[in-house]
Amino acid sequence: MVTNVTNFSRNGLSDWLLQRFSAVVLGLYSVFIVGYMVISFDGSYEQWSAFFESTFVRVFTFLSILSIAAHAWIGLWTISTDYIKPTAIRFVFQTVCNLALFTYVVWGVQVLWGA
Amino acid sequence: MLVVSVYRYNPEKDSAPYMQEFRVDTKGADLMVLDVLHLVKEQDNTFAYRRSCREGVCGSDGMNMNGKNGLACITALSEVVTEDTLVIRPLPGLPVIRDLVVDMSLFYKQYERIKPYLLNDTPAPAIERLQAPEDRDKLDGLYECILCACCSTSCPSFWWNPDKFVGPSGLLQAYRFLVDSRDTQTRERLSELDDPFSVFRCRGIMNCVNVCPKGLNPTKAIGHIRDMLLRNAT
Repeated sequence: MVTNVTNFSRNGLSDWLLQRFSAVVLGLYSVFIVGYMVISFDGSYEQWSAFFESTFVRVFTFLSILSIAAHAWIGLWTISTDYIKPTAIRFVFQTVCNLALFTYVVWGVQVLWGA
Repeated sequence: MLVVSVYRYNPEKDSAPYMQEFRVDTKGADLMVLDVLHLVKEQDNTFAYRRSCREGVCGSDGMNMNGKNGLACITALSEVVTEDTLVIRPLPGLPVIRDLVVDMSLFYKQYERIKPYLLNDTPAPAIERLQAPEDRDKLDGLYECILCACCSTSCPSFWWNPDKFVGPSGLLQAYRFLVDSRDTQTRERLSELDDPFSVFRCRGIMNCVNVCPKGLNPTKAIGHIRDMLLRNAT
């Protein structure tokens, strides 16, 4: 057993499962949003804005933002533990990644439910 | 005339490793790479490599031949040589002791970690512990591993974290004991493996399957371990 403190869930199995789950969510969301754009989007701001008025679209989009954040965190953590061996530099890299992802989540909420 | 370029490094004499070229006359025969190494050694007897059984059983002569890991004794020149050139390097990712001889301590440490022996806490029977033929069949494709390290040293995840990731060879053996009907410590074994490194550092790129000289499939065994971890979890 290798002890870890900086990965997403402290546990390899749940990180692995979450990576798969978030990938499925992102895959479905991509099909959904691209499908909408191809089938019925006319390119206007009004239609785009009205589309995102729907609670379903907002919730699905927010779930996708959370999935991207979790997926990216697990992936970047893996990359950092592969390639960045000095602990201090790795920790700085992980902190920057975490802050960026946290910012994207908050920003996403602001975009979806803001004025 | 075959041009053989071999990796040379003697830490007592050389400040850095270098490649040395030899010309070997194979007389047109499709020799095994190990035979070619003997011919090289006839030209320079300071050239060092491991070998023992010379028939793919002992696993001593794992090395990198024209970019692919394998056992020199069962790899014919026709399988690896292009344009009359053979480049021989030690197994990648392990510290070099001398020429093609690598320090396999980390590889063995990972093997030791998975407890490669039966653990059974029930009283020992008067005869051997019996096993149904169908349970015995589950060990096929697992027990044949000869620990040559060709798979683990072709795995980037093992290169970057050889102290934390068990590696394909160790995991193949881990599954061999997880699936053995005579072993009673399955849960304990699994609980040692569910961190983010030991098993889950495998990215499934299957380099291990590509190079295994015994034709085994560590990626499949790792998939089975993941399944067992998942089924064992809540």
